[in-house]
Amino acid sequence: MNEAMIVSLLTITIRAGVSLLYATLGEIFTERSGILNLGVEGIMMTGAATAFAVAFHSDSAWLGLGVAMLVGAMMSFTHAFLTITLRADQVVTGLALTLFGTGLASFMGQRLGPGGETMVGLQGPVFPRIPIPVLEDIPILGPSMFNQDVLAYALYLLLPLMWFYLRKTQPGLHLRAVGDNPAAADVLGVPVKLSRYLYTIFGGCLMGVAGAHLSMAYLQGWAQNITGGRGWIAIALVIFATWDPLRAAVGALLFGGINALQFRLQAAGTTIPSSFLNMMPYFFTILVLVLITWGEAVRKRLGAPAALGIPYIREEKH
Amino acid sequence: MNIVLERRLEKARWAVVIVPIASFLLALVFGAVLLLAFGINPLQAYRVMVSGSLGDQYALTETLVKAIPLILTGLAVAIAFRMLFWNIGAEGQLAMGGIGASYVALFLSDSLPDPLTIPVMILMGMLAGALWALIPALLKAYLEVNEILTTLMMNYIAILLVEYLYLGPWRDPEGYGFPGSAPFPQEALLPRLWGRVHLGIIFAVLAAFIIWLIMNRSQWGYEIRLIGENPRAAKYAGIDAKRNMVLVMLLSGALSGLAGMAEVSGIARRLYQGLTVGYGFTAIIVAWMANLNPLGVVFVGAFMGALTVGGDQLQVAMGIPAAVSLVLQGAILFFVLGGWVFINYRIRILRSGKQKQAGELNE
Repeated sequence: MNEAMIVSLLTITIRAGVSLLYATLGEIFTERSGILNLGVEGIMMTGAATAFAVAFHSDSAWLGLGVAMLVGAMMSFTHAFLTITLRADQVVTGLALTLFGTGLASFMGQRLGPGGETMVGLQGPVFPRIPIPVLEDIPILGPSMFNQDVLAYALYLLLPLMWFYLRKTQPGLHLRAVGDNPAAADVLGVPVKLSRYLYTIFGGCLMGVAGAHLSMAYLQGWAQNITGGRGWIAIALVIFATWDPLRAAVGALLFGGINALQFRLQAAGTTIPSSFLNMMPYFFTILVLVLITWGEAVRKRLGAPAALGIPYIREEKH
Repeated sequence: MNIVLERRLEKARWAVVIVPIASFLLALVFGAVLLLAFGINPLQAYRVMVSGSLGDQYALTETLVKAIPLILTGLAVAIAFRMLFWNIGAEGQLAMGGIGASYVALFLSDSLPDPLTIPVMILMGMLAGALWALIPALLKAYLEVNEILTTLMMNYIAILLVEYLYLGPWRDPEGYGFPGSAPFPQEALLPRLWGRVHLGIIFAVLAAFIIWLIMNRSQWGYEIRLIGENPRAAKYAGIDAKRNMVLVMLLSGALSGLAGMAEVSGIARRLYQGLTVGYGFTAIIVAWMANLNPLGVVFVGAFMGALTVGGDQLQVAMGIPAAVSLVLQGAILFFVLGGWVFINYRIRILRSGKQKQAGELNE
């Protein structure tokens, strides 16, 4: 493999990893507060559709991004309201969000093109790749890491910040407490329900960004089923990352790498049927899940929020 | 002012019937607002959906055609959810059932006596679905691997496997490039009873009745329900949760596999792309709206069938994307989810002054 090939593989790896990482980080913060949001796939899909539609008609990628975040916030608010206030089952509510979001996105995709026609095949505004002077001259890493779009750069900054927030700050400690032991957090004066609302909504915003990155940077256009299970892979990555932002980045790169490999094999004219190539990420997800849960020793280090998925009901405390 | 949820001493039985109906009506209102926002007359759209799904004999039969896979997969999801095994993989298990049945129809029917073809197809379809469900069940029972993700990932793999087969080795050599297998021989087709409604409708209703008997009248059903409702009590009662998990998933996968068999043998009469159109996902809505009751699944499945056909008609008659029915289904599930709170809780609105007092009462 020559240098140009390595650079191209790394570039695709990062590009494919960006939306995965946004979604995974969103889910990490949501789950840290004790709420399991299985609506990632639906939020990403709706985010991708609205981002593209708004950007296309307003000719502004940024407006598209903003609306996708708003949509993500609204959808995750629905999840929060149903699960926190009305105590609906978190698993089924998340599934409902995904089913609803998939339907809504598909509807919009067929309807929001010019003249009420389909959006498939349209070209809209994108977040272009902007090389960063000086940094792009670093061998190999420069042209692959520092020739990306603005959402990728935002992620470079956001990632350490989110890690620091979660690990080293008072609000981060409170967030972990809310997810691990809500009763204790409550005694300490941390508003449990409010925190869960806020982090679920914040997580939804990031999932919206993940969708916007798909339709305006990575794939640059709308396609039916654009997410192709990436939302679910993000949920698997949360487990892989043991609810830690930095490890999530490793996982996102791993899966981005699988995408890059898929492209590379297809481009090289492999004899492996494309159906099997397309199975790779899903097969890998299962493999990763199995490996990570294998054995008691690994499980002990997992660090899942202890109260994940359990509604917190103050009145019924004994 | 403060809104407080008070736990009911007894479950509210009325809610089981009222909530799904009210949810449907609220979803219609929500859908109307959405359609208006997209510049579509909701009353006209709903009229098309109703007449397209129930208006005449053809419409009714098509509704029943869709109801068959929805009831079978709805039952599959309902029994798994009953013991809190989140099987999101009905779609993939259906696809595998389709593959299993197609294999018999395409490659074994010549060497089988004609009357045996259908029974062997049923057997292979159910077996293939059950085996596909067995993998996540074993992974969950013995390695504690998250079943939501494994069942879901296996959907994608199964759908791609179907694609590989009809585009590759099983492609019809005389199909002029049409992506699909060769048509099945006559003896591999489920007999049609009314329009396109085939024998599968009998399977579906019969399956619902049998599952109801198992769940409500057998020791096994009692164990499954106990595991779902009170895992700790089940453990103390000496019930083997792992073994039950595997058995329930075998049954669940077999039901979805049967749905796949019925689809390829009764409707498509070949293996092709249209096998996986999302029945396994709508099944989740069917199961939850029926409150996981097997007999309820029959009615909700038929209802969702009507909604699906109505959506298709919307596309044909008005050029409105059929995805409207998916949006409505999702909205119905939201309202049902929110509505189930009334089964276990009473909602009371308190003035701020009385808040403390009520809080004390609750404790």
